[in-house]
Amino acid sequence: MIPELGHFALILALCLAVVQAIFPLIGSLNRTPSWTAMARPLAYGQFVFLAFAFAALVHAFLTDDFSVLYVAQNGNTEMPTIYKVSAVWGAHEGSLLLWAFILSIWMIAVAAFTRSLPDEMVARVLSVMGMISIGFLSFLLFTSNPFARIFPAPLQGAELNPLLQDFGLAIHPPMLYMGYVGMSVAFSFAIAALIGGKLDNAWARWSRPWTLVAWMFLGTGIVLGSWWAYNELGWGGWWFWDPVENASFMPWLAGTALVHSLAVTEKRGAFKRWTVLLALLAFSLSLMGTFLVRSGVLTSVHAFASDPARGMFILVFLMVVIGSSLLLYALRAPSISRGGGFDALSRETLLLGNNLILIVITALVLLGTLAPLIYDAFNWGKISVGFPWFSTMFITFTPLMILLMGAAPLTRWKHQDGGELLRQLRLALLLSVAAAIVVALPFAADNGAAGVAVGLSVWLLTTLLTSAWRRLRHHGGISALIADFSSRGGRSYYGMWIAHLGVAIFIIGVTFVTQFDIRKDVRMSPAQEIVVNGYRFRFDGVTPRQGPNYVAQRGTIHVSRNGHEVAVLHPEKRTYNMKSRPMTEAGIDVGLFRDIYVSLGEPLKGGDWALRLYYKPMVRWIWLGGLLTALGGLLSASDPRYRLRVLAKVTGRDVPSNTLAAGEQA
Amino acid sequence: MTHKPLTSSAIQRVFILLIALMSINIPPAQAASGLEEFNFTGNVDENRFKALISQLRCLVCQNESLADSDAELAHDLRREIYGMMDKGQTNKQIVDFLVARYGDFVLYNPPVEPRTWILWYGPFALLAIGLLVLIYTVRKRKHQREPDFSAQEQQRLNELLGDDERPESGQQGDKAV
Amino acid sequence: MPAYARYLAPLLAFLALTALLYKGLSINPRTIPSPLIDKPAPAFRLPALKHPEQFISNADFQGKVTLLNVWATWCVACRQEHQNLVQLRKQGVRIYGLNYKDKRPAAEQWLQQFGNPYIANAFDADGRVGINWGVYGTPETFVIDKQGIIRHKYIGPITLNAIQNEILPLVKQLREAD
Repeated sequence: MIPELGHFALILALCLAVVQAIFPLIGSLNRTPSWTAMARPLAYGQFVFLAFAFAALVHAFLTDDFSVLYVAQNGNTEMPTIYKVSAVWGAHEGSLLLWAFILSIWMIAVAAFTRSLPDEMVARVLSVMGMISIGFLSFLLFTSNPFARIFPAPLQGAELNPLLQDFGLAIHPPMLYMGYVGMSVAFSFAIAALIGGKLDNAWARWSRPWTLVAWMFLGTGIVLGSWWAYNELGWGGWWFWDPVENASFMPWLAGTALVHSLAVTEKRGAFKRWTVLLALLAFSLSLMGTFLVRSGVLTSVHAFASDPARGMFILVFLMVVIGSSLLLYALRAPSISRGGGFDALSRETLLLGNNLILIVITALVLLGTLAPLIYDAFNWGKISVGFPWFSTMFITFTPLMILLMGAAPLTRWKHQDGGELLRQLRLALLLSVAAAIVVALPFAADNGAAGVAVGLSVWLLTTLLTSAWRRLRHHGGISALIADFSSRGGRSYYGMWIAHLGVAIFIIGVTFVTQFDIRKDVRMSPAQEIVVNGYRFRFDGVTPRQGPNYVAQRGTIHVSRNGHEVAVLHPEKRTYNMKSRPMTEAGIDVGLFRDIYVSLGEPLKGGDWALRLYYKPMVRWIWLGGLLTALGGLLSASDPRYRLRVLAKVTGRDVPSNTLAAGEQA
Repeated sequence: MTHKPLTSSAIQRVFILLIALMSINIPPAQAASGLEEFNFTGNVDENRFKALISQLRCLVCQNESLADSDAELAHDLRREIYGMMDKGQTNKQIVDFLVARYGDFVLYNPPVEPRTWILWYGPFALLAIGLLVLIYTVRKRKHQREPDFSAQEQQRLNELLGDDERPESGQQGDKAV
Repeated sequence: MPAYARYLAPLLAFLALTALLYKGLSINPRTIPSPLIDKPAPAFRLPALKHPEQFISNADFQGKVTLLNVWATWCVACRQEHQNLVQLRKQGVRIYGLNYKDKRPAAEQWLQQFGNPYIANAFDADGRVGINWGVYGTPETFVIDKQGIIRHKYIGPITLNAIQNEILPLVKQLREAD
């Protein structure tokens, strides 16, 4: 009964979405206030129905209702509760429902937090979001109904894939989807602005916090995914340039370019055409990610069960949404006015350079991901593009961006005197090169990489410190730090500061764990000891253990260093009751500066076991850096200057016309 | 759109289809081992071996290298490669051996040849084009007439944008983000 | 040219991408084409499954059009295609088997239980011959012409459709060729 109600709720939500897509939009164009005013209530309504539908599915899992096909495929009576809930989004249909639900959450956020924006703008934004909602709800109802029944109902569910029975599944997809879907807000703002013909600094300022928050979620989701893979997959990898990973990375990269471009548009009114295009691009990449993951077009360990029929549906949806948005862009772009001019050496130029590199990186990730498909489609033979290619390319282009990142905060808007900039950067340059040489020297023959990475990180750090010093000097010294932090524009600055610091930390983490990690595959007998990098590993055999829905072989490894015990690790090999293929759980000793990582291989003759022993220096810095970057974005978004109190009242009155776009008046 | 009720025979057909689609089967008898079976005390240099197998793709778990994959075939191929290294074959000979049997797909890194130029040089070309566009744009902006604001309009503009930064004395442009 | 023409570039690029993705929907990304097509079948000499003192080699393929089917008892999809192979045999197609990384007793029992479409089976215990033939997953079927050249590789379980549209026409064509 409840699943049917959930199904019905989806249908109702679709009806509301249709109304929401049409009426407020027309109302905003025709100046019909009653239609414009429908936008917010409709959004709230959609949320109510989607929340109910989502709750209905959760309920079906919690009550082990195997008469629902989706629950039968992914649920199991013996699964711990947290995984029963996570299983809701563990496969295709449920994850789509999560997508639609999160879209409704963003919709009510837009409805609630835009009180001070012109109603017509909000109406258009919500209408566009309604159109997107139509797409996902149709997809759900017509091809991927999570509430489909199965008769007769099996006695036991097929269980969630053991690889997914991990805490990571509880948090990674929701975070990621908050990001993916959140990009639709920036997208909708852009479309709304294009429709209305008013693309100005105000639009940029309105969009920016929404974009930052979505970007923050996306970044956090990616970091969580990486951390989860490291913990779960058993060989210590944390990024594979897998098509699905790339599908999440590309919107993030475009989003990064977007938040920087919005800064320029907000400040100087420049780059409007480019910023709008980026806003469209970021969400388009999100949608394309959805397509790649569910259509079977690419091979991936992550992909949902692929179905070309579903792929076709998404493809058509993609064409409609992205195609029409780009068409609108082409039609409106000529009438968007230019902003302020700027000199060759100015913050605008450096940010433009940063955007360029980010877009090139996005394009190359896209190229590498689609290359096998391109070559196959044109019959140029079958090639594979893997980790080495992506890494090489990424590492080639990123340093350029890092250099710009360091210089930009110290560069003035509009015009920067070259000599002055060089003077400010002198110290940073010196320290960076020195650090690079110091680190590179011991490994001179094969390892320039560590040196370069350290040099780049030091560059970022020293330029950040220089920038902070200069700012505080003008704003009252270090005692005024707190005041500065809470001032207008303060949190924006410190958000940037922390985010860039996060990047520096990330670079250190990646480089060190890639260059200096040690892996040994060994065969050990109980009580045998092996030394790796100064750590002594003693294997104490394997004992069986019964878990809630699996049977495990549990190993015990004592790790010590210089005679002191460091950790006791328990890697496991689990055989889940429903699946026959065993799964590994690594034993990890977590440290700020290194991880010790052990995983159990196969049992060999005579009570021996195959083991993998890893020493991974600085691996945590990867995720710490990523989280810091995301945090910086959040901090930036909370800047009080985004609180719009008087702005809306003032808009529409007499304003210098050459800063606002040509086109209709408000 | 109506949903046909799912009968059990329909389910069976779906499952059979899914199984038929799984043309890659992994022998359950004995799962593959990692690198612990290799001794590395003979002719084979451990680093060279590890480097080579991470440059080759596992054809079963197609997104993993031969170094990382647990598939049976990966195990077989690692053993084969080890044997060839032990007999003194060069990396090129080993790679040629595999490519002759599995095609270019077995290389994790696509070869650099005319048909893959777009892959290897494309990003650089894109960067170059982008740089040209950037230079062109910046040149044009430099000569752009700055909108003329009176002092009063400027203040009004600041109010609108909600800024109250103190500009540097005598210099144009702001500093803070 | 209207003002908006130069801004159409993103849209056009996107449409090209859509065309590519559409094409992609009809391609299976997992199949790896064989580089051995139109090349001589790799030489091998293996003990037969049933009579280990006898040997099967690719000399047995000379002079007649032959299919070599790579299979194993642990392969679920091989079970799917087995009846179709029996059908194929009944239609007069010569089929040899390469029993890949299997156990003799299990394989013999399987053939007894489900029928034997093979003229003979080569027993590849450690899979090295499989590697020489570029086998990466079972079942795989090679079509070899009278001169011992591989003309086609079919990946995955052979369906009735494949028999009608791919295998039989090719076999006929190769038989008629000199």
